[in-house]
Amino acid sequence: MGNASSMLTQYDIEEVQEHCHYFFSQQEIVALYNRFCQLDRSAKGFISSDEFLSIPEFSLNPLSQRLLKMVDGLNFKVFVAFLSAFSPLATVPQKIELIFKVYDVDGKGRVTFKDLMEVLGDLTGSFMSEEQREIVLSQVLKEAGYSRDSPLLLEDFMKVLCKPGMTMEVEVPVD
Amino acid sequence: MAGLATSSAEMDLDRPNIDEYLTVESIREAPKKLHLRDLLDISPTLKEAAGAIVDDSFTRCFKSNPSEPWNWNIYLFPLWCLGVVIRYGILFPFRVIILVAGWIVFFAAFSLVHFLLGEHNKWKREIERKLVEMICSVFVASWTAVIKYHGPRPSMRPQQVFVANHTSMIDFIILEQMTAFAVIMQKHPGWVGFIQKIIVESLGCIWFNRTEAKDREIVARKLREHIQGVDNNPLLIFPEGTCVNNHYTVMFKKGAFELGCAVCPVAIKYNKIFVDAFWNSKKQSFTMHLVQLMTSWAVVCDVWYLEPQYIRPGETPIEFAERVQEMISVRAGLKKVPWDGYLKYFRPSPKLIERKQQIFAESVLQRLEEK
Repeated sequence: MGNASSMLTQYDIEEVQEHCHYFFSQQEIVALYNRFCQLDRSAKGFISSDEFLSIPEFSLNPLSQRLLKMVDGLNFKVFVAFLSAFSPLATVPQKIELIFKVYDVDGKGRVTFKDLMEVLGDLTGSFMSEEQREIVLSQVLKEAGYSRDSPLLLEDFMKVLCKPGMTMEVEVPVD
Repeated sequence: MAGLATSSAEMDLDRPNIDEYLTVESIREAPKKLHLRDLLDISPTLKEAAGAIVDDSFTRCFKSNPSEPWNWNIYLFPLWCLGVVIRYGILFPFRVIILVAGWIVFFAAFSLVHFLLGEHNKWKREIERKLVEMICSVFVASWTAVIKYHGPRPSMRPQQVFVANHTSMIDFIILEQMTAFAVIMQKHPGWVGFIQKIIVESLGCIWFNRTEAKDREIVARKLREHIQGVDNNPLLIFPEGTCVNNHYTVMFKKGAFELGCAVCPVAIKYNKIFVDAFWNSKKQSFTMHLVQLMTSWAVVCDVWYLEPQYIRPGETPIEFAERVQEMISVRAGLKKVPWDGYLKYFRPSPKLIERKQQIFAESVLQRLEEK
């Protein structure tokens, strides 16, 4: 295949780095580019759902379908921006923002009860009934001072999830 | 009987230790009262997904690492150019000539023997075996292969099966040069299929088809029949089921380990300094792979014939397969990985997601009870 970093100029690397708020070092961006090219088998410039699903560890993840909606068809720059939330340099609010986007996968700006049900459904599969999930969600929402009828906004997520020591980090292997 | 299960259930039975291997950080600790925060916080699951996107152990098994370019300075570059000239201009044509000459002799002799001598003539089999060994030696010479065999040579006895790690189709040729094995193979298209059909069949081969579900029972039966026969060539099986890059070994399928006979492990390790012998069948056709080998300096490898293993009392075929995989990995310096090689072609079974879902659901319900 040849040395992939030669296809990525210094200018490109800096542009990508800027787009991801400098959360990745230049070496990490080169490593991610090699990985991107490895996954994008037909060199289309983006990774298709099929190619993501060919990673066994990914397709075994309960949230894989939801995540696919977010990562399918991204070009390299946006791909790195997506992964930047997992960098150790990303702040907790930024990580919470990503979690919010996973829930609000259709980008309407708020998370409805239906969204919550869907994610809980992905995580529990056939081991909890729809009814049980409804009961659980309604109960914890009520206890936290929310109602199932009004959707949650990003600020609500921030309030509920912001706790120190929340780690959602991935290490990029640099050769 | 295990052979009657459907193919997806078979994939599960073949994979006992994946749960330990996959991180299950999403398991909550000691049950405490359930809060909204606990349900909203999907960070462990997202972290696993992102980790898989960034790097995963399965893809690593099939990656051919490009070697570091060493010819980048003013002294080495001309030497490297000279090397290229020698390899492509002198060695390659010379090797092609040897190969073609060898094939002509082989075809002439083989056709003579095949068509003139009777069907069950004992000499016919002997001669055909020797001829196949000869053509393999010709192949091996055409790559200037330097092969070091360690351990006792395989003997022709019934009730034994040989298993080896798989890097390329040349594994078969390298082993075949020493002993005429019978193999179990996937039928290939093109000229390779033609050769498979005519010549390899004379050794007594068993064909399988990855994509056919019922295939496994038929093949299992054929395997059993083969090892009973006294006169049959010793059977060579590559239990990984696919070519791996010679740095890792993937899961050994249990088919070879539940035949109730001796299993003789063979470990093969190629020296990458000379050439990367990994055949990435998605990237290269076999012809290109051979050309690549023939334009390299040499193929250097070590072959270890290890001590025959028997299934221990109370050991399942899967555990037996893992034990032998461990033996071969240690001997050849490869890393062991529990993934099924067939994941290259098929998706993993959804049953594994269900395990995670079950753990999470049970913990949620349990914590709901806590007040």
